[in-house]
Amino acid sequence: MKSEAKTVIIGGGIIGLSIAYNLAKLGESDIVVLEKGYLGNGSTFRCGTGIRQQFGDEANIRMMKRSVELWKGLKEELGYDVEFTQSGYLFLIYSEEELEAFNNNVRLQNRFGVPSRIITPEEAKEIVPPLNTDGVIAAAWNHTDGKANPFKAVFAYANAAKRLGVEIYEYTEAKDIKVEDGKIKAVVTNRGEIRTGRVINAANAWAPLINKMAGVPIKIPIEPYKHQSVKTEPIKPGQIEPMVISFKHGGVYMTQEANQGGVIGGYGLKYGPTYDITPTYDFLRGVSYRFAQIIPALKYVNIIRVWGGFYAETPDHNAAIGRINEIDEFYIAAGFSGHGFMLAPVVGEALAELIVDGKTDKPLDFYDPYRFERGELRGQALQMG
Amino acid sequence: MTEEPREKIIICRCNDVTKEEIEALIDRGITDIEEIKRLLRIGMGPCQGRTCLPLVMGILARKTGKKQEGIPLPATRVPVRPVMMGVLAGEMGDDDEE
Ligand SMILES: Cc1cc2nc3c(=O)[nH]c(=O)nc-3n(C[C@H](O)[C@H](O)[C@H](O)COP(=O)(O)OP(=O)(O)OC[C@H]3O[C@@H](n4cnc5c(N)ncnc54)[C@H](O)[C@@H]3O)c2cc1C
Repeated sequence: MKSEAKTVIIGGGIIGLSIAYNLAKLGESDIVVLEKGYLGNGSTFRCGTGIRQQFGDEANIRMMKRSVELWKGLKEELGYDVEFTQSGYLFLIYSEEELEAFNNNVRLQNRFGVPSRIITPEEAKEIVPPLNTDGVIAAAWNHTDGKANPFKAVFAYANAAKRLGVEIYEYTEAKDIKVEDGKIKAVVTNRGEIRTGRVINAANAWAPLINKMAGVPIKIPIEPYKHQSVKTEPIKPGQIEPMVISFKHGGVYMTQEANQGGVIGGYGLKYGPTYDITPTYDFLRGVSYRFAQIIPALKYVNIIRVWGGFYAETPDHNAAIGRINEIDEFYIAAGFSGHGFMLAPVVGEALAELIVDGKTDKPLDFYDPYRFERGELRGQALQMG
Repeated sequence: MTEEPREKIIICRCNDVTKEEIEALIDRGITDIEEIKRLLRIGMGPCQGRTCLPLVMGILARKTGKKQEGIPLPATRVPVRPVMMGVLAGEMGDDDEE
């Protein structure tokens, strides 16, 4: 292991790896990524694979519009197929109030070039043939949303970063950060010390512990909540291509995996704050009940696995991304709640630009880590997946 | 018995993963069983790894020179055997709806 590096990134999830790759792409050298387990073992390998631009606020819409552009090119850019497909996102709408809210969102999304639209229950059924449309009055549909394979995305970024000279140390845990007079001196790990002047906290659910090591003086409230997901045995391809979502059924989301054919998904049941991710029987029952309400034929499909993972939540469900002014060259990109996987390409690009060029054209101000301290929350980000 | 060509030896019967695919990954330096599992989906099918995992551990041990007992087993997930959704959903009524 190196004993000195210009940049140390803590966290080998999709966010840390995307930042590492993008920094190296902009010409930065001498970058190290520390991961306390194996790559992706935090939230990234446990996610629901969804990628959408259907948000209710300008910043997330613009960020995700760019992110989808990047997702589309990742296979070429990183030289590894991340299995990104634009199979769409379908939000089921059951009431007039819901319809009005989605109408407003669609208008805003269209303003920023996202081609979402409101469709009829019949059109929804054409897109998802086994859908139960009882009570459905409309749906919000965007065919350019999609999904990708988190396992492959992690390896694609890691390998591309390595080719550009980034060193990635797995099973290497940051234990302490030495700071003197507001300047970073070193990161202490279980395998020795790395002298460095720059640290990027990409530890998501564990980010508060990293902030504490460095003595970050502001409050960045990120808390780990357990969410769960299931996967079924493969079913005939093309049945549930898009991500299908219903807020009426407790924030349930489901989609058929592009290459494997199993249905994957979950709903809004959460536990915490906790660092325990043991699956629960209540979730298994609850998710089965909700899946069967939306796609009745799923009653006859076997669940083959269930797992737990973290949503690293902030009070407004938006991440904290940016520079910590009190500690020279300390950055954070953490607290991604249910949408860090989809944001990873653009977050890596934006933060790398901020670090290397001192500015970025992406709306990073929205994710200002100081907003909590000022009591100035953003509108709640649409949450599920 | 004649030996099958290597690419035809199926190690994971749920997801059709061959011995060659596993060895190629290990040759590329990926020797963590959790990573092999995710990239090739061994142990993630309906059998939950009962068939393939012991075989993969053997290949890994042989190729890396590690002792098989020294290789940590990947996480197994409930349900241990597949369960039909309707069975789990059946006990719930509308009053469980949020
Ligand atoms: C059930 C579920 C479904 C989801 N569905 C979706 C979805 O459909 N779409 C979507 O976009 N997002 C989804 N998410 C959210 C998504 O998984 C996360 O937002 C995203 O993976 C965050 O990536 P990350 O790199 O910030 O965090 P992580 O992947 O958690 O990476 C952080 C890493 O830091 C490491 N680390 C922590 N402390 C230290 C230390 N001291 N030293 C070294 N390393 C350390 C951890 O081991 C971990 O690997 C879902 C999450 C869950 C749980």
